[in-house]
Amino acid sequence: MKDNLSIMIVGVGGQGTLLASRILGAAIIKSDLDVKVSEVHGMSQRGGSVVTYVKGAKTVNSPIINEGEADVILAFEQLEAARWLKYLKPDGHIITNIQTIDPMPVITGTTEYPTEIIKKIEDKGVSIQTVDALSLARESGSEKVVNVVLIGAMAKKTDIPLNVWEEALKSTVPAKFLDINLTAFSKGYNL
Amino acid sequence: MKELMLGNQAVARGIYEAGCKVVSSYPGTPSTEITEFAAQYEEVYAEWAPNEKVAAEVAIGAGIQGARSLCAMKHVGLNVAADPVYTASYTGVNGGVVIAVADDPGMHSSQNEQDSRHHAIASKIPMLEPSDSAECLEFTKLAFELSEKFDTPVMLRLTTRVAHSRSLCELSEREERELVPYEKNPAKFVMMPAMAIKRHVFVEDRMARAAEWGNTAEINFIKNNKKAEFGVITSGISYQYAREALGDKASFLKLGMVNPLPTKLICDFIDRFEKVYVIEELDGIIESFCRANYKGNTKIIGKDLFSPLGELSQSIIADKILYNTPASVELDETLPSRPPVLCAGCPHRGLFYTLKKLKLTVSGDIGCYTLGALAPLSSLDSCICMGASVSALHGMEKARGEEFAKRSVAVIGDSTFMHSGITGIINTAYNGGNTTTIVLDNSITGMTGHQQNPTTGKTLKGKDAPQVNIVKLAEAVGYNPENIAICDPYDLAQTEATIKAQLEKDGPSLVISQRPCALLKTVKHAPALKVDSDKCIGCKMCMRIGCPAISMKDGKAVIDSTQCVGCGVCQQMCKVGAL
Repeated sequence: MKDNLSIMIVGVGGQGTLLASRILGAAIIKSDLDVKVSEVHGMSQRGGSVVTYVKGAKTVNSPIINEGEADVILAFEQLEAARWLKYLKPDGHIITNIQTIDPMPVITGTTEYPTEIIKKIEDKGVSIQTVDALSLARESGSEKVVNVVLIGAMAKKTDIPLNVWEEALKSTVPAKFLDINLTAFSKGYNL
Repeated sequence: MKELMLGNQAVARGIYEAGCKVVSSYPGTPSTEITEFAAQYEEVYAEWAPNEKVAAEVAIGAGIQGARSLCAMKHVGLNVAADPVYTASYTGVNGGVVIAVADDPGMHSSQNEQDSRHHAIASKIPMLEPSDSAECLEFTKLAFELSEKFDTPVMLRLTTRVAHSRSLCELSEREERELVPYEKNPAKFVMMPAMAIKRHVFVEDRMARAAEWGNTAEINFIKNNKKAEFGVITSGISYQYAREALGDKASFLKLGMVNPLPTKLICDFIDRFEKVYVIEELDGIIESFCRANYKGNTKIIGKDLFSPLGELSQSIIADKILYNTPASVELDETLPSRPPVLCAGCPHRGLFYTLKKLKLTVSGDIGCYTLGALAPLSSLDSCICMGASVSALHGMEKARGEEFAKRSVAVIGDSTFMHSGITGIINTAYNGGNTTTIVLDNSITGMTGHQQNPTTGKTLKGKDAPQVNIVKLAEAVGYNPENIAICDPYDLAQTEATIKAQLEKDGPSLVISQRPCALLKTVKHAPALKVDSDKCIGCKMCMRIGCPAISMKDGKAVIDSTQCVGCGVCQQMCKVGAL
């Protein structure tokens, strides 16, 4: 892979972004690069907007990614893709799940969920790919593997070899769920 | 062997490798995983104490008897533990004692943004500050060595970005250690005036020696760059941000020990440059030290450029020093915020809905249920610190009178009640209070990610333990047994009736709102509910409980089957039987 990669995984607390970042971190480490992964724990995990930063390079100093610095944003939810867009490098790439989850201000009716998010991002000249990760997860056998479908879709965009990803999955996912996760990964990877 | 480790996990590895024997902590973000990972090592005894004061005393006691011991907490936990810690500074140690404290700049999960370095200075205790996981491991081991070398507890300060990021660590074997022999020594360990006066002399001398050590210590190092245009003095995560932002434009003095600070090292470094930036999150502690001790002509720049609020980042530093901002794109509209919410099926939801419906004043506390302050439940009137709900409500009653007590409640979680709510109900009973306390018993410490506590029947290491009986406890401190009731917050009618009845009672009363956290693996969920869209009239009654699984689509309620756990609270809200 290229020797400098900054990836953000964004979503809603409870969607499994943490595990996704661990799989990604494990894959980069197997590529013999320095790695830092920054996570969110505690209150903001409870259904809030969550972000995980994963950085690989010869030497990584800061564990976080700032505005205009991400090569790839992997979004688990459309509004979160829009929210974190400004963190993308102008020539970066977004992969987003098409799922939408209403935030509480929308549920309580004080504001509305934005319309046509994908189109608005495309109109800004940003490279964006959509994934129906929930359907693919169901096809894989569980709604819980949405995160691994998305990691699969993102994996295709890196030049980390497939076997490295599979090794990374084996080292991060419990053995009894490995098969279903490998299926989910390949569904994302083969899109 | 190199391993990708969370900062907190690396501290735990340091605990293991240093031959530490006893760990006692109270969970608190961002420190919790230190103790959880430490508990995974068979060789390390690790426990959850009911609060940080108890935990610190356990660690201090283990240290007196010659074991290396550690106590971990979040920044506000150090306030609770301050009493024993400040005096342990005087007694010093026998086996090494380390106090790991995790600050939360930016308040990702905290009620304030205090800077723990002030505690290190005030208590006259050396403090180390790692900047990544490798240093977390190395500094933890060094902290034990310094504790024994200088006869002092040592603080290890982390911040959220260090505690909760993963980076590579080099692992070593554990070094088993014999207990340091204990000899009775009241002049050192019995702190009463005659002895403490002498120990204070020792403390002042010790800190002078530690500061001198810091002038040549490897953890306080200089990274020179030939092209450097200015100097930077920094520590912890700010060092990583500054390196990334400034690269070879600066030479760096990176301080691994942030208390006491090394005067000569710092002043000599400053003197080499025309301009030195002091880059530190929160308060300008290193900067103030520089200004107080450096007498030369170099311009020192710190908090006049960098805010004491929140976190720093490579962008902030690049922007402030190099006027360099990367290009980025964003949408042209304001996006809805996504604040944290109570989970689908959270037992606190039904309770807070009831409190709002009854229009009660609610004295709040620290935990997941602090989220009851947010719309649409909007229940809490106040939230100060662990345990304050009960005692603050007592104060409110004494200010406003008995009638007020019939229109107000305190809410406190099971773990928080163990932490410091018990003393509150003792005070209420003892001083003739009439307030109603509601213990939100969800059978776990929730917000920090499911830790056992004295009410759950399990220890940190998974052993069975006696369960505190909250009913008997309340009776024992003076609550009338008739003033103690239990309700199920999934049953709105019963919950409302129970609270109303207790509010009317003479004397103090207690309600235990009992239902396990919906995220517990042991909790069996009911099937997800479905909306009968023919019956749904779009009245939005079900939306009043603020459940993240319910939304409106085309004028009808819709339930997200991936989130709904079938708790049935929304069914009780629906007047037309559409759920």
